[in-house]
Amino acid sequence: MKKKNIWVAGLVAPVIIAMLLLSVGSPSVTANDQLSGANVEVKIDNFSFAPDTIKVSVGTTVTWTNRDDIPHTVVSTDGVFKSKVRDTDEKFSVTFTKAGTYPYYCSVHPKMTGKIVVQ
Amino acid sequence: MREKKQDLIDQTLQDLNNDGVDRRGFLKCMAWAGTGLVWTLSGGIPASRTFAKGHGKDTGKGGDFSFVQISDSHIGFNKPANPDVTATLQTAIDKINALPQRPDFIIHTGDLSQLSKPSEFDTLDQVLKGTSEKQIYFVPGEHDMLTDNGEQYLQRYGKGTKGTGWYSFDHKGVHFVGLVNVANLKAGGMGSLGHEQLEWLEDDLKARSASTPIVLFAHIPLWTIYPDWGWGTDDSEQALSYVKRFGSVTVLNGHIHQIMQKVEGRVSFHTAMSTAFPQPAPGTAPSAGPMKVPSEQLQRLLGITDVNYLVSGRSLAVVDSPLGDLGSSDSGSERSLAGADAIVG
Repeated sequence: MKKKNIWVAGLVAPVIIAMLLLSVGSPSVTANDQLSGANVEVKIDNFSFAPDTIKVSVGTTVTWTNRDDIPHTVVSTDGVFKSKVRDTDEKFSVTFTKAGTYPYYCSVHPKMTGKIVVQ
Repeated sequence: MREKKQDLIDQTLQDLNNDGVDRRGFLKCMAWAGTGLVWTLSGGIPASRTFAKGHGKDTGKGGDFSFVQISDSHIGFNKPANPDVTATLQTAIDKINALPQRPDFIIHTGDLSQLSKPSEFDTLDQVLKGTSEKQIYFVPGEHDMLTDNGEQYLQRYGKGTKGTGWYSFDHKGVHFVGLVNVANLKAGGMGSLGHEQLEWLEDDLKARSASTPIVLFAHIPLWTIYPDWGWGTDDSEQALSYVKRFGSVTVLNGHIHQIMQKVEGRVSFHTAMSTAFPQPAPGTAPSAGPMKVPSEQLQRLLGITDVNYLVSGRSLAVVDSPLGDLGSSDSGSERSLAGADAIVG
């Protein structure tokens, strides 16, 4: 019996450790993967948010940076957050402390839309 | 079974609406911008003549008058292709002051400022003080609503207006309506007039006789030019239904920083050049942002619009002139719109 337990632990433990290591996250994940860690960037350029949909974990801070030559805003469609107008190179950050889906858009150019999924 | 000819005409207009201007159409528009053509709708047939010829020789008889439209001054913008939008606005004012036929007033169709900053509005006011015409009518663009939901704009330019800044006035028998389609924009949408304004508009027009010429002016185009870039107004159909019965309707817009024109029945649509920077033709660039051009070309892509009202024909002639190439009358082209996509019923 003891032998089996040790053998199982030997297999399970590394898996758990690996999962923990993966969940810490690295900057090189693709847009559709779960992103975690303290900060995540969204680039505003060419009248679009890039990436336009990202998944992050609770506690993540998302920072939008305007790289366009036109001012934009970042406004939650549900009234949860709203940036002041951001000119070129200006930033706006939101820390998401609650899980949920947060669609947003640029109130100046409403065709620009994006979504933050917090899990 | 509908008339086949009518279907064909509608189809042509539909394509313009849905696909935006194709490359050939864009080049045509650019040629118009460079030569400053006069479009006159007289007796139902559109005809054109160059700006330089015969303009100013007609003495205003009776109620004839003209006014100028400028748009998208974006005071505060300082990047390529125009690091000095205040200077190009000044050029536009100089051009207005030099017009042989004095306009009665000026209309600014929005995006006065770049960031709705007080200093930007102050600079604009300073430059506009230099106009010979002291009466200037405004409507806001989305860049004028960036802080405090347009409070600053309303305080400075919104006296006597309703809601987000809409109003109407009469001038020598022509009824002008300034509309605001840049407030409370919804995610994923285009321009929006809103229920309250539409109700007001319907009421405002109700008592007018159908022979009253109507001019509607608003920042974002009131017809769908290119939805992907937000170049249109979601609820403009309803507004246009209120003007359907009138004999002459002219719609003046800005926002897209280039000239686009359409005639549908008795309604003529026209967008103006910016005095600040040009924007690309629909779909020809990744986005609608400022179009970077060599500095020697810039002045040809910025401009003013002179609108002449002729009582005799109850018609409005719309003339676009670029800031550069002053007096470019060498084109000498006399063209009628017959065979093109303009139908006047």
